Amino acid sequence: MSAGFQRNLDVERVKALLRTMVAIRAFEEEALAAQKEGLVKGAIHPSIGQEAVAAGVCGELRRDDVLLSTHRGHGHTLAKGADPFAMMAELMGRAPGTSQGKGGSMHIADFSVGMLGANGVVAANIGIAAGAAHAIKLLGGDRIVCCIFGDGAVNRGPFLEGLNWAAVYRLPVLFVCEDNGYAATTRTRELTAGPGPLARARALGIEGEVVDGNDVLAVSEATRALVAAVRSGAGPRFLHCLTYRLAGHTGADAGTYRPAEEVEARWKRCPIARARALLEAAGVAAAELDALEAGARGEIARVAAAARAAPWPDPALAWTDVQDLGAAVRAEG
Amino acid sequence: MAEMSYLEAGALALREAMRADPRVWALGEDLGRGGVFGQYKGLQAEFGPERIVDTPISEAAIMAVATGAAMLGTRPVVEMRFADFALCAIDELVNQAAKARYMFGGQTRVPLVVREPTGRWRSSAAQHSQSLEAWYVHVPGLVVLAPATPADNRALLRAAIACDDPVVHFEHKNLWPLVGEVPDEPEPAPIGKARRVREGADLTLVTWSATVHEAVRAAELLAREGIGTDLFDLRSLWPWDREAVLASAARTGRLLVAHEAVQVGGFGAEIAATVAEELGVPVARIGAPRLPVPYSPPLEAELEVDAERIARAARRLLDRPVRRRAVSA
Ligand SMILES: Cc1ncc(C[n+]2csc(CCOP(=O)(O)OP(=O)(O)O)c2C)c(N)n1
Ligand SMILES: [Mg+2]
Repeated sequence: MSAGFQRNLDVERVKALLRTMVAIRAFEEEALAAQKEGLVKGAIHPSIGQEAVAAGVCGELRRDDVLLSTHRGHGHTLAKGADPFAMMAELMGRAPGTSQGKGGSMHIADFSVGMLGANGVVAANIGIAAGAAHAIKLLGGDRIVCCIFGDGAVNRGPFLEGLNWAAVYRLPVLFVCEDNGYAATTRTRELTAGPGPLARARALGIEGEVVDGNDVLAVSEATRALVAAVRSGAGPRFLHCLTYRLAGHTGADAGTYRPAEEVEARWKRCPIARARALLEAAGVAAAELDALEAGARGEIARVAAAARAAPWPDPALAWTDVQDLGAAVRAEG
Repeated sequence: MAEMSYLEAGALALREAMRADPRVWALGEDLGRGGVFGQYKGLQAEFGPERIVDTPISEAAIMAVATGAAMLGTRPVVEMRFADFALCAIDELVNQAAKARYMFGGQTRVPLVVREPTGRWRSSAAQHSQSLEAWYVHVPGLVVLAPATPADNRALLRAAIACDDPVVHFEHKNLWPLVGEVPDEPEPAPIGKARRVREGADLTLVTWSATVHEAVRAAELLAREGIGTDLFDLRSLWPWDREAVLASAARTGRLLVAHEAVQVGGFGAEIAATVAEELGVPVARIGAPRLPVPYSPPLEAELEVDAERIARAARRLLDRPVRRRAVSA
């Protein structure tokens, strides 16, 4: 199967996915370094090791499709097409940030590419995604909504309420469970009853698939089929991606709750290395892939340098965009 | 000018808004059959099930769906059935709807209205009787309304639907049958403006929602004793009409705030504190004791902020000497 797959490999497609994944990896490495230097003040949740989910899923969305993400949302946001400079500036709390420095990493959003926000509350994006899809149904058109959440989210109420809602009204949503095995320091399976997220979705009549979330092409292929169904009006679909978080839960987490051998073994299944191996097996020269990776990394390095030099927001901005009626007035003196 | 009930005035406001703007829609449990109190009667027949949406009993999803749908440019009106059930959707309202505009740096707006039937009504006990408006006033990003008359329910609900930020609209369950005059055209821009119910020289009395009607009776009792009450129906709790209240308290030199909600941490405390800080005049509050609402009528009566108790609080306030500086009229 894998040999046949390689012969027919769509090399350009995998190269594009690889480039996205490398950019995400580089972005988060830059962000972690900047955090160590005190330049990123708040918490960041790196998705190192999970880049195939972001690249594979978001690569199948149109620019005008809507995406809702989680606290671990840098990769999804980049893959949806957001400007990495504005994102890095946001992480550093600078004026040219995606949200003028008002949101930071956990509220990263870029409405210009349909990215309606990461979310600081686990599972809260599921109901909002159903609402965005409900609006699309009311307004007409063939846009769809993609909602990515972690394995921890399936134990919160909004998972049931949001999936039921999307199924009842046959809304155009693709739900993606990005299952990295852990919810903070907890092995999620130990506290999750039943056979898993997809079985819960199926119990509500939502069909879907489980994929190896470290195989970017598999994620991309599965997403393509599910997106086509959602866009055709078939109602919601569910994709369960099995992956692994190679970094800490946050930039400050050393991950002592899991054995070092476990993490080491998982590094051997790094999605970037696997995509590279796939391309090399299909005959792409290592030098070409080195150049591709260097190009993606170079762009992120330039962006990070520019963000470091970006201006702070004017303190007056703290007072804007609260509400039109009854906005707080700056005290004199 | 037409006579109608507070309930009909709410329905009128929604019908007018939905006729004027196809982006307006409503969602909540049992709306197709008119809603639990009948406040949606006839609306699904006129606008269809796509715009008057019957939802599952999923308050969190109702609020979250409204939030997401508002971010995409529609204008949802959320029915929470009882203010008490809105607590099942607090994350969705407080962490999501109220924050999205700000935390995304102005990239989006959340023009939704939450209708919350509030207050004590027919021995409904601890989980169907609460007045929790002060909670929402505390949250930056929200507008909070609490009309007391049919005309104001219509005007404020229209204004709420037209507002580009999330609005919590409290409708008192005891006021549903209250009939009053409703003008052909709703008052323009009523949010943030108090309604002066009665003029008087001796004390300023501020209240809202159903307690307005008790305050009117209290003012009549006080008038018989020669005490003049400058009575304000606040109508809009955030923003609230500081100008009108401060101007009145500066004239009368005394402020009393009365509300049905628990007095501790109630919104009356904010008004009293503001007037005390700005003017230094004596202030007092009267609200419910800090008790869950009990079921049996003689027990429930212990919590009542009625005309007699309001009048008593006013007399106490007037007996109190002005300790700080005198205030010129
Ligand atoms: C409602 C809520 N409870 C707790 C938290 C704290 N918290 C942040 S991330 C996280 C783990 C989430 O796990 P999962 O959904 O699997 O996502 P992952 O972090 O693995 O990407 C927790 C508990 C939160 N943000 N929101
Ligand atoms: Mg997880």
